[in-house]
Amino acid sequence: MEYHDIVVIGGGPAGLAAAVSAYDAGCRDVLVIERDERLGGILNQCIHNGFGLHTFKEELTGPEYAERYIRKAEERSIEYRLRTIVADVSPEREILYVNRDEGAVRMKAGAIVLAMGCRERPRGALGIPGYRPAGIYTAGTAQRLMNIEGYMVGREVVILGSGDIGLIMARRMTLEGAKVKVVAELMPYSGGLKRNIVQCLDDYGIPLRLSHTVTKIHGKRRVEGVTISEVGPDRRPVPGTEEFYSCDTLLLSCGLIPENELSKQVGIILSRVTGGPEVDDSLETSAEGVFACGNVLHVHDLVDFVSEEAERAGRNAAAFAAEGGKTRGGVLQVTPENGVTYTVPQKIRTDAAEKVTLRFRVNGVYRDRCVAVRSSGAEIKRVKRRIMAPGEMEELILTGEDLARCAGGITVGLED
Amino acid sequence: MFDYDVCVIGAGAVGAAVARELSRYRLGICVVEKEEDVCSGTSKANSGIAHAGYDPEPGTMKARMNIRGAELIRELSRDLDFPYRQNGALVLCFDEADMPGLEKLYRRGLENGVADLKIISGDEVRKMEPAVSEEAVAALWAPTSGIVCPFGMTAAFAENAAENGTEFRFLTEVNGIGKTEGGYVLHTSGGDIRTRFVVNAAGVRSAEIHNAVSETKLAIIPRRGEYVLMDREVGDLVSSTIFQLPGKTGKGVLVAPTVHGNLLVGPNAADMEDGEDTETTSGGMDEVKERAGKSVPNVPYNRMITAFAGARAHEKGGDFILGEVPDAVGFFDAAGIESPGLTAAPAIGEYLAGLVAKMAGAERKEDFVSTRKGIPQVAKLSPEERSALIAERPEYGRIVCRCESISEGEIIDAIERTPGARSMDGIKRRVRQGMGRCQAGFCTPAAMDILAERLGIPVEKVTKNGPGSELLKW
Repeated sequence: MEYHDIVVIGGGPAGLAAAVSAYDAGCRDVLVIERDERLGGILNQCIHNGFGLHTFKEELTGPEYAERYIRKAEERSIEYRLRTIVADVSPEREILYVNRDEGAVRMKAGAIVLAMGCRERPRGALGIPGYRPAGIYTAGTAQRLMNIEGYMVGREVVILGSGDIGLIMARRMTLEGAKVKVVAELMPYSGGLKRNIVQCLDDYGIPLRLSHTVTKIHGKRRVEGVTISEVGPDRRPVPGTEEFYSCDTLLLSCGLIPENELSKQVGIILSRVTGGPEVDDSLETSAEGVFACGNVLHVHDLVDFVSEEAERAGRNAAAFAAEGGKTRGGVLQVTPENGVTYTVPQKIRTDAAEKVTLRFRVNGVYRDRCVAVRSSGAEIKRVKRRIMAPGEMEELILTGEDLARCAGGITVGLED
Repeated sequence: MFDYDVCVIGAGAVGAAVARELSRYRLGICVVEKEEDVCSGTSKANSGIAHAGYDPEPGTMKARMNIRGAELIRELSRDLDFPYRQNGALVLCFDEADMPGLEKLYRRGLENGVADLKIISGDEVRKMEPAVSEEAVAALWAPTSGIVCPFGMTAAFAENAAENGTEFRFLTEVNGIGKTEGGYVLHTSGGDIRTRFVVNAAGVRSAEIHNAVSETKLAIIPRRGEYVLMDREVGDLVSSTIFQLPGKTGKGVLVAPTVHGNLLVGPNAADMEDGEDTETTSGGMDEVKERAGKSVPNVPYNRMITAFAGARAHEKGGDFILGEVPDAVGFFDAAGIESPGLTAAPAIGEYLAGLVAKMAGAERKEDFVSTRKGIPQVAKLSPEERSALIAERPEYGRIVCRCESISEGEIIDAIERTPGARSMDGIKRRVRQGMGRCQAGFCTPAAMDILAERLGIPVEKVTKNGPGSELLKW
């Protein structure tokens, strides 16, 4: 059976960065499997700028950012297979993949890096009542149709959800001559980055209506309009607040879901909050030798953080592949509380030598609050933040010294 | 002087079944359908149940066709290769006071000839189906009940009919019917069609079609039913179809696995003015969820992938109307086909085709092809079989729809069958591309391109389900 020290599933930003760092950590047998016809993943359709400010200290477009990593992979002659889909993964790290040229083939991996990304929440999962006509797209599908295929999906547009892709698409469609009438957001705050609200809505005079949602889709064949209603604190529509917007297209930007169908086949334990695997600070999942990074682990706002995270996963996968499964030491459980919804990693190894980056999100908009890390009641770290919002991922670094003072579990929460 | 011997109006499950049975005979047959594909009306949005047959009143057409249909579906699912599984059904009773009702259902089933019926206790129910509510005190167990793919079955009937010489005319709406010497003329959106015999399988419009030739008027009251569908990952919450005994609160809703492994909840029932107003409503979805909760309290609605609504063609008389219209010689009705219509469809086909053939004096064909092979479900094959198929045809190796693991080859097959898919919905119903948890988010661009290329049309002409539903907007 074909064998590789490391098989990376997914050739987007996470998979590429993981493969490159695994190579740089000394692993010479890395294979990247990508289902699309090119490397780069979703970055290929993100033709706007704003990528790479952290990683490269310059502003790149999505395809440019991807290109940097594709070049790194090619410079290292890292092997990849395109138009190839992984159909099955076993806990013993046996992989079944399928493509046109080889058929259905089994191979074995020393270590696996999961980097399959995420998918968008569709209309059906949102339960929006009404007809089921043409003209309803998730924002990412519309983005692909416009930016990769070169097709125009609509002329008069309403967008539900203020996730980043929806905001980007509001601007994109406006620039292509469409009229974006309104962006409705169920929550009292936006799910997207502040900079995207300013640059994609405010600059083009597109209204953002917070605490509003679509309560009916009109049109039997093609969308003819939508009804938008205000929602109360319980997020249920308030009767009498219905307003009709005529439009031919409804875009949905209502959340991303890590795509973990393969992880479930392996039997990996998933977090109920992130939808991604539970990992320790080496980004190893509950399945030995299987690592996860990028949006399959938890949904990120910035690709720069994806790359950084994936580099760690790649390094650790290389170490695992070289050393084999060494016995696992103890772990500290990290528990979110008081306004913190989750952390990644969820566990820290007690023998973790280096500093640990904790990423987390909060459940509302908070001003002038502290993030406190405690262990057995004792304060390990306390950092003040001017503003925190659910749409912006937070980060906190625990040093070796900090960790040495931890006993039992760790909690991460907001305090005054 | 006649274009055809028989025209079937409507290409739903019933129309396709009638055409398939007619195609056994030496007859010129045409199916006219106002939509762009088969299975586009009532047949596309229902519970997908092959009912055991305890429900209809003994002696009615509903009872007779249900029993025969259930039998035929079992055979035909093998001969015509469409998805069917006998999973059994439970009719739950929640109140000791309603036990006489359950016993009545049991006796009705026996009278109709349903095999292996049994009344079991609430505890026995929960042993079989742990997800069922503690409040269920007893149930009727009908092991012969099954689940079927309505699209797969209708497409199978239509393809087999076409292979045996039946012509299908889509986007052809019947606007009027005239009597002629020895036959009828259908005034359609595609011109006049002259035919000796007519079979009216027009679903929610069957009364309108009937009333055009008869003084004995029918009245269809379309009834909307809404459903919610959950991800395949939670499809094993129940293994049998869970019904509720009709009680004081009206006819219950069902909780059932689909033959493809999703979990289905619904339907409610609301009279509607127009049989095409199949919108979902927030009230309807809430109602369905609340009433299903009585049977199965913990349906994971956070795993919902879509909601849909269909129309039932309820005729005020209550029974199926089958047979020649008394004051219209050679004009046959299949009207008022509501539940158990999907189950009954092959039996209605057999029955009406027999009547038409007898009247026409038609002989059976010797070269009738009685079997049909479905489109291969590549992901269900072993790796070895899959590789062999891909080696033969590489398109089976390119997965387009990742949620349902549907390959380019299967999509091409859906388009190239006769009658084949002409729209995105046509592909979806035949091979389930876009039917999964992402609801075609990822595979729409690729499927659009394949459809445009195979049909030889520009991509801006690609539709969801026929003219007016173009996906792009230039």
